[in-house]
Amino acid sequence: MKPVLMCRDVVVDFDGFRALQGVDLAVYPHEVRFLIGPNGAGKTTLLDVICGRTRATDGRVLFFSHDITKRPEYEIVQMGIARKFQSPSIFPFLTVWENMELAMRQDRRLRSVLRAKRTGEEEEIMAAQLERIGLLDERHRLAGTLSHGQKQWLEIGMQLIQRPQLLLLDEPIAGMSAAERERTGEWLHEIAKHCAVIIVEHDMDFVRRYSKQVTVMHEGKVLCEGSIDEVQQNEQVIDVYLGRRKNACYASGM
Amino acid sequence: MVNKRWGYWLFFAALFLAPFYLTEFRLSLLGKFLCFAIVAVGISLIWGYTGILSLGHGVYFGLGAYCMAMYLKLEASRGHLPDFMEWSGVRELPWFWKPFAHPMVAIAAAIALPTLLAALLSYLTFKNRIKGVYFSLLSQAVVVVFVTLFIGKQEWTGGTNGLTNFSTVFGFSLSSPLTQIVLYWLTTACLALIFVAARRLTSGRLGKVLIAIRDAENRVRFLGFNPTVYKVFVYSLSAAFAGVAGALFVLQVGLISPEMMGIIPSIEMVLWAAVGGRQSLMGAIIGAIVMNTAKSFLSENYPDLWLLLLGALFVVVVLLVPKGLAGIYESLVAVRIKAKRGHEREARVDVS
Repeated sequence: MKPVLMCRDVVVDFDGFRALQGVDLAVYPHEVRFLIGPNGAGKTTLLDVICGRTRATDGRVLFFSHDITKRPEYEIVQMGIARKFQSPSIFPFLTVWENMELAMRQDRRLRSVLRAKRTGEEEEIMAAQLERIGLLDERHRLAGTLSHGQKQWLEIGMQLIQRPQLLLLDEPIAGMSAAERERTGEWLHEIAKHCAVIIVEHDMDFVRRYSKQVTVMHEGKVLCEGSIDEVQQNEQVIDVYLGRRKNACYASGM
Repeated sequence: MVNKRWGYWLFFAALFLAPFYLTEFRLSLLGKFLCFAIVAVGISLIWGYTGILSLGHGVYFGLGAYCMAMYLKLEASRGHLPDFMEWSGVRELPWFWKPFAHPMVAIAAAIALPTLLAALLSYLTFKNRIKGVYFSLLSQAVVVVFVTLFIGKQEWTGGTNGLTNFSTVFGFSLSSPLTQIVLYWLTTACLALIFVAARRLTSGRLGKVLIAIRDAENRVRFLGFNPTVYKVFVYSLSAAFAGVAGALFVLQVGLISPEMMGIIPSIEMVLWAAVGGRQSLMGAIIGAIVMNTAKSFLSENYPDLWLLLLGALFVVVVLLVPKGLAGIYESLVAVRIKAKRGHEREARVDVS
């Protein structure tokens, strides 16, 4: 099977600080890939490189064998890579419905936006998507007045309605209640029927419950890959990640 | 919503009928203010909707005015060299003045030049992701450049005095009251057209994209839009409006000088929109009219006070009423609706 995404030897150098030092990653269709690792490991930076927010100093990013390393962000999105940011990023002074209208799959050039009118078909798609994220009844509210969890979902919904082939999620469950987390987790594998997902997550319980493939990053490199059990057995991982937490626990007297 | 639409009709009807109930002097003032209102609509589009604060719209207004003034000046000179050129020792009409003998060229240039300048400036800055304060400062720098240039090139522009002493437009005397009334109507019609066009733009999907750019430009980019294109478009459009306003202004006032396109007028333009409510197109129009009425009243009676008041007003509006007059109106309406609902609820309770 051909990978959706291939990162080859990706290096990011922020004025001498090497945030990524040669990352290789392959993600296949319908896969949900978890990226874990301590703070500063380069997980978010890797997502930024994939969607064009940060430019790779070296190496290549291939999306279905198209080189997207130097493409502008909006083109990368149009090719089918959607990005959910860490803190919910929605349009607070537009209604939920209008947020979806902008996110929906469409010709995004100025001249067609000038003439754009919602069709009945589009409204059905938007309503169906809102139903799925549980915000259909809130559609006339300004998005800025939603709760934190609802905003997270609105943003995820805005990514899904684009029907991407690769979805990048950066800590989607941060700030969600236990029930909301559970719904999100179940929903992840539902999403994966339609696209591949790369998800950065800190919450180890969540990772343990919902992950199949995990990639551990440390200091800008991929440390190891595998199922969560394999990864947790890995000596290096125990040293740099899980072990450190243990030490911290001891240090704090637990 | 229906009420609002009626309000707009009434407002523009009142403006169209103004020649029948205002004195000649007041009418000429109102005509001038309506030109400013056209600028304010453009400011509302870029600032209130898209979040681009331009402190350089005096230049676009001035360019439009100068283009029209060049035609008027040539018509007034009746084939001779314009007077100020003779005084500066120029022998022959400069090549770039020649096309302005045709009124249509002048009108086209009054719109095209500001638009092109704005497109160039905004493309270079927005493409390089320069925004916020940096863009405001850059736009202000453009004002300084143009004012200096226009003052310095006295033999081409009339220097500090600018261009004045016009006589006719299309052969009609500019001093005749009838011509002035026709020009007033033309201005009102332009304002109405521009208002309707801007309303259509903002109520469609484009308006939502602009608001989205204002509040979360990055999110817009990562939905697959190219924000640069949208920002350049709306900024150039607002410059085109300012150009139209400048051309209409010079026809009615009979004078354009570098002082009128300088830093203070540029800031005043922003203030009109701020006072009226920058997120409301009608608010911006009302703001321009109210502010300039106040200005002409105050500067007639207390000329020293005006600039101080202007500064104080800016601080008050920014700190206390960020949504301006339109915001005050909206909250009054909201209070009334609430009160009405309250009454209804009470009534229902009484019945039960």
